[in-house]
Amino acid sequence: MRLAGRFGGAALSLLMVAVLGFFLFRVVPGDPVVSMTRGRPSTAAMQAELRAQFGLDRPLHEQFWSYFTSLLQGDLGTSFTFRRPVSDVILERLGPTLLLVGTATLIAVLLGLWLGVRAAWRRDSVFDKVTTGVSLTLWAVPTFWLGMLLMMVTGDLFPSRGMRDTDTAPDFVSQALDVGHHLVLPSVTLVAVVCAEYALVMRSSLLEEMHAPYLTTARAKGLRDDLVRRRHAVPNAVLPAITLVFLRFGLVVAGAITTETVFSWPGLGLLFYDALTGPDYFLLQGLLVVTAGAVVVMNLLADLLHGVLDPRVKVV
Amino acid sequence: MNRMGRTGLAGAGVLAVAALVALVAPLLIDADSLDVTRVTAQAWQPPGAGHWLGTDHTGRSVALLMAQGTGTSLFVGLTAAVLSVGIGTLVGIVSGHFGGLLAGTLLRVTDFFLVLPALVLAIALSTVLPRGLGTIVLAIGLTSWPSTARMVRAQTLTIEARPFVERARALGGGHGHVIARHVVPSVVPLVLVNATLAVASAIVAESTLAFLGLGDPTRISWGAMLHQAQLHGAVPQQAWWYLLPPGLAIVVVVLAFTLVGRALEAVVTPKR
Repeated sequence: MRLAGRFGGAALSLLMVAVLGFFLFRVVPGDPVVSMTRGRPSTAAMQAELRAQFGLDRPLHEQFWSYFTSLLQGDLGTSFTFRRPVSDVILERLGPTLLLVGTATLIAVLLGLWLGVRAAWRRDSVFDKVTTGVSLTLWAVPTFWLGMLLMMVTGDLFPSRGMRDTDTAPDFVSQALDVGHHLVLPSVTLVAVVCAEYALVMRSSLLEEMHAPYLTTARAKGLRDDLVRRRHAVPNAVLPAITLVFLRFGLVVAGAITTETVFSWPGLGLLFYDALTGPDYFLLQGLLVVTAGAVVVMNLLADLLHGVLDPRVKVV
Repeated sequence: MNRMGRTGLAGAGVLAVAALVALVAPLLIDADSLDVTRVTAQAWQPPGAGHWLGTDHTGRSVALLMAQGTGTSLFVGLTAAVLSVGIGTLVGIVSGHFGGLLAGTLLRVTDFFLVLPALVLAIALSTVLPRGLGTIVLAIGLTSWPSTARMVRAQTLTIEARPFVERARALGGGHGHVIARHVVPSVVPLVLVNATLAVASAIVAESTLAFLGLGDPTRISWGAMLHQAQLHGAVPQQAWWYLLPPGLAIVVVVLAFTLVGRALEAVVTPKR
């Protein structure tokens, strides 16, 4: 029953994402056509034609219905700047983002959890103070500024724009090496910001377990400190931390937008930037629906995963 | 005084200095020296005599820009935090105090906005609304309230389960009485802590929006300076004097708000 509830909740959230995407871009801004043609010479006739082309001359409920039925079929409208279907443009940019976000998240999770565990286990040690201090500082650092700094400090050591050079040999190994070379700075930026958050989460999660009676039992059995930590404390404390990692997926999304903008990484984040400078409302709406939908799905996964990993939580 | 208290005090000191700069800067700075068409100094000058933080791509003094930008960053941070925490507190108390369909709906909406990436929504809002300071405040305030709402709701539920609230109800206290006399006083400390931390994230959010070019084009802010620096190639030109000060200022002020917030939190929720 609970499982059905979770799926129902996620479905409702997805529906709300769709509604939000529609109203944000069609009701709030007044007339999208006026903004679309802002800064360009346009006659009333041209505006009327645009309005008809995008279906903006029809009543709102009809617009919503056609938007919603197309959305269910994966049709997100046509991009104003690219003059192609929004879904095609988004799909094209998905790969680079998955590569960057995947690499960064993996490193950040491993590093963050390790730092958090070390810091909490020796609370108030030098290591703990340094980790907490650095994490709090990194939390205050704007992602884009960190990227710009890294770019300036490293100089010509790493490429700072795009994902690959045009003159790289076409074979797989040199292409992979080139992409890896380009990946260094953006992923370091993203890791630094996200990892700080994970370390703080893991630290407080383990601190909550520190005085649990089962740890006293484990110690009374004569287990080494190291084993108490690895076999008893961490497995319990890591569960809420992992769930939080999934729940804060939005944080990674936000980080990806600014990081990709700074490094011109050709993914969804840079597409976001392109869409808002247009402004390209249909592209922006598509991106909003897709990213928000992805976050909702990640949350559902976190819920289900938590139930699988932790038998104390009854999901099914 | 413990470590938390000391760092909190240091944070408060930093904020006092920043507030002073924000208030005094507009009075002392000659508008002409920040007008792109009237500056006489050379562009891209490294720090030296006359311009102790160098000049930007138009020849304006980076030090003066920094001072002028302090007010914008603090103003947006504070007002957006008040808006966000205000909405969060209202939603939290209402959904905690009143049960039924209203609470269920509010909770559903809160959870929905809690998981959505706030920055993405803020970007969407500031793209569709006309550019300006008010838009940024709205965009940040309207997207960052859910965590406050969750916390206030939890506190409301806790306090309403206490015997003295039951007694108040038994004696005939209505909704208004219970909320005003029991719920609100108990959530105020929590709300204050939240507001302090909310200012920190609002300042980062403002700088990010400004960096993406969504800021108020008529105003100088630290984020807007970094936007200009990126746009005019401060990185390839190695113009560290243009790049470092705005970012460092953001980090220092945000860290100060975070430290004050954590110190307040330690006071409000004593360790068991």
